[in-house]
Amino acid sequence: MSIVTVRLNVNGVEHSVDVEPRLLLVHALRDQLGLTGTHVGCDTSNCGACTIHMDGAAVKSCTVLAVQADGSELTTIEGLGTEDNLHPMQEAFWNNHGLQCGYCTPGMIMASAALLSENPHPTEDEVRHGLEGNLCRCTGYHNIVKSVLDAAEKSSPEVSA
Amino acid sequence: MSVTEAPSGHNVGAALRRKEDPPLITGHGRYVDDISLPGMLWASFVRSPEANAKIASIDISAAIAREGIIAVYVGEDMSDLGGPLPMAWAPPGVEVNNPEHWPLARGAVKHVGDPVAVVIGEDRYAVQDATEDVLVEYETLPAIVDPEAAIAGGPFVHESLGTNKVHEWTLAGGDVEQGFAEADVIVERRVVNHRIAGAPIECRGVIADYRAGSLTLYSATQVPHFVRLFMALLLGLGEDHVRVIAPDVGGGFGQKLQVYGEELLACWASRKLGLPVKWTETRSENMSVAHQGRDQISHVKMGARRDGTITAFHVKILADFGAYNMILTPLIPSLGAFVMGGCYKIPNVQTDITGVFTNKCPTDAIRGAGRPEATQMIEVTLDQVAHELGMDPLEIRRKNFIPKEDFPAAVATGVVYDSGDYHGTLDKLMEHVDVAAFRAEQEQLRTEGIYRGIGFCTWTEICGLAPSRVTGPAGVGVQAGLWESAMVRVHNTGAVTVYTGTSPHGQGLDTAMAQIVADRLGVDPRVVEVIHGDTSMGPEGRNTYGSRSLATGGEAVVKATDKVVAKAKAIVAAELEAAAEDIEVVDGKFSVKGSPDKGMALADVAGVAYIGAVPEGMEPGLEETTFYDPENFVFPFGAHACIVDVDAETGKVKVLRYVAVDDCGPAINPMLIDGQIHGGVVHGIGQALYERVHYDDQGQLITGTFINYALATAAELPSFETDRTETRSPVNSMGVKGVGEAGTIAASAVVTNAVIDALRPLGVDYINMPLSPMRIWNAIHNSEGASPEGGLSS
Repeated sequence: MSIVTVRLNVNGVEHSVDVEPRLLLVHALRDQLGLTGTHVGCDTSNCGACTIHMDGAAVKSCTVLAVQADGSELTTIEGLGTEDNLHPMQEAFWNNHGLQCGYCTPGMIMASAALLSENPHPTEDEVRHGLEGNLCRCTGYHNIVKSVLDAAEKSSPEVSA
Repeated sequence: MSVTEAPSGHNVGAALRRKEDPPLITGHGRYVDDISLPGMLWASFVRSPEANAKIASIDISAAIAREGIIAVYVGEDMSDLGGPLPMAWAPPGVEVNNPEHWPLARGAVKHVGDPVAVVIGEDRYAVQDATEDVLVEYETLPAIVDPEAAIAGGPFVHESLGTNKVHEWTLAGGDVEQGFAEADVIVERRVVNHRIAGAPIECRGVIADYRAGSLTLYSATQVPHFVRLFMALLLGLGEDHVRVIAPDVGGGFGQKLQVYGEELLACWASRKLGLPVKWTETRSENMSVAHQGRDQISHVKMGARRDGTITAFHVKILADFGAYNMILTPLIPSLGAFVMGGCYKIPNVQTDITGVFTNKCPTDAIRGAGRPEATQMIEVTLDQVAHELGMDPLEIRRKNFIPKEDFPAAVATGVVYDSGDYHGTLDKLMEHVDVAAFRAEQEQLRTEGIYRGIGFCTWTEICGLAPSRVTGPAGVGVQAGLWESAMVRVHNTGAVTVYTGTSPHGQGLDTAMAQIVADRLGVDPRVVEVIHGDTSMGPEGRNTYGSRSLATGGEAVVKATDKVVAKAKAIVAAELEAAAEDIEVVDGKFSVKGSPDKGMALADVAGVAYIGAVPEGMEPGLEETTFYDPENFVFPFGAHACIVDVDAETGKVKVLRYVAVDDCGPAINPMLIDGQIHGGVVHGIGQALYERVHYDDQGQLITGTFINYALATAAELPSFETDRTETRSPVNSMGVKGVGEAGTIAASAVVTNAVIDALRPLGVDYINMPLSPMRIWNAIHNSEGASPEGGLSS
């Protein structure tokens, strides 16, 4: 199979990656760039564990080919915040017990951060509908919703991802 | 809201933020698929598209010829295994049909997804491509899918058995016939508890690395120690040469309480090829071959006197085990039998279980494992009896509750409930739910065509697995002791490492155990590291399932810590020239009673212990190990209420409110308890309303992905209201009980009762799960004349 070179800016770092045209973006991130924080949970674009930001919008990276991302700016969970400098959404998930096994968490945090960048002060109902593309089996969503509302409350109106 | 720190010595009971979280929220967790090893090969399985077939031929030539493909194996290639996959339940005096089950099929496939061959090669995508080139010729046989048809006759899943029956098992206390003779009212129902998936968001995955005579297996498992034992036995290796590591595990829910063929195959292939072999499960594989749960059809019969006193409860369960027995498959319905009397003083209780094979994925433990099914039967039937008697559903519960003063309470099923205050949890629930106001509102809404219902469930369960003498070979028949171990090591610096034999995978045990140890040793929980899930670190363990990790594993940690404390006190007493009995731990220091200024920090004590300046006759070092075998199970309990609206036009159910009052003894970390309840409740709501593993009558799996297996999303659910009472268990020193399965055990019954309550004015008095719009619509429209029950078809 032919190999294509794609240019990806991931978390502010430029990468040039040789990929099969069919390679999923999530596998380019995980297997070629070693950014294993972005997870695969379903293969059918239902669970959202693979959610990242592509040019500022939340996308499911299992449904994007690496070649489609050529020239894009990508942010993964590793680029959102660090343990020493957590993003407000990461802090909110920690404070509100918004995670248990942690597997859906990177996608959930990325989706939640994107949600607040579009709607900085959502109602509970808006959070619930805004996250319906992300599945969690552990938390029953209660504390995830609480985390997002908490992050919204603590952030200035211009909070961004 | 959580807190970041508690006052010294008061960590137990505080809602401390989790120690586990920083790596998980920053993308630095380490799940199996995140691990790569040099030279690692990939495996991909060829799986049966047939529900029942003989394998006529397998042609691997095209697949093996592909670039990058190293090997293709079929079942006969693995003839050097020490035996088939394990089933570890041998109840004394009970015959259990247990056909051989291999990692790759040998001559026949028994359900869709059964593995036929494996392709191993250099690239994740290439091996998947190559599976398409393995040509398998099947001779299709008729499949048997309906368990009632399967128990009545053929075709047989395993022809050589001449039956589809797996086993029969009965647990009886009192005399149910006598009890029914004393009853004024007898209610009988056919209760269908349909099949569901575990559906952790992380699928299964393994990396096997055999080199120089030793095997390391990374597996997304709840039970690394059991996996190690069986890898050693089946591969003919010493257990000392097998290391199983469960790194971060992305949820289990019972599905990862298993010894799977894929684990064994990866190990076998790594040994054969001399390179690491990795397999990452796809979701469609997970939905078709990772073990599933529930799938019981039961005939239940409850008798009561006119005043509401229950005189007898008799349950006959037909349990669909699918195509094979997995590690504990036939035991699962029995777990419910022990609590078939629920929270109630019922003198005559009997459970008769028949297991049956069908051409479907095997079932085994899924969150609750037998106890959600039992609770559904008890709590829904009790409501039916109350309705028959014209009694309030709460009144009949209060009438029959085992009173607080009866504990410890020996019940008809032969177990002793450790502690309980069922009136207490229900009273607390009533502080949150104004039933009279609800009934008035319900009446009003009905006149407007809005069908709102309320349901209740007062539940108990049996967990904290387990006293080995009860569950072991001479007792219930599990071929293992279910004690738990812990090792506590104080380092030179005063930092502490705890090794627990449990294997948590999301529950927050690192945090809870650190809280327990910190208070006892007078240190900050942030300097207490909790290690688990690696069989080469710490003592032999019994892992995580059955809501056991705190009540059994946590108590082992207490005992090991107390040994460390006793040794530390002896060292301090010698250093300070005091009596060991006079040393206490206050504000992070071991000091003499009455002289708080005079004392030693744990680091100072450790310094003495490691330098070896210990009292005469004492060993140096500061590290202790415990194996703790509980005296009894623990029996958590609670009272839940749910309010739903049912749209009579569409049959759609909306959960408006869900209130859970639970009692799992004193809280170590109340935030973690609430989290377990939330997730558990959604597992139960999900089963009641959305989830169902569905096979067609040819044995084809309809729900093979998350596109058609409906996990609840945030959008369908409300926020939950939780509260607690705290009744100590006498079984362990902390008084704690399990909570991991509690929500699931309660929730499906609560929702079912609420939906039935909503539907009564529409002529529906009973309906089985799943309470899907179509089934509810059918029930409403069939309610005149036809049975509303609807069987299994949707």
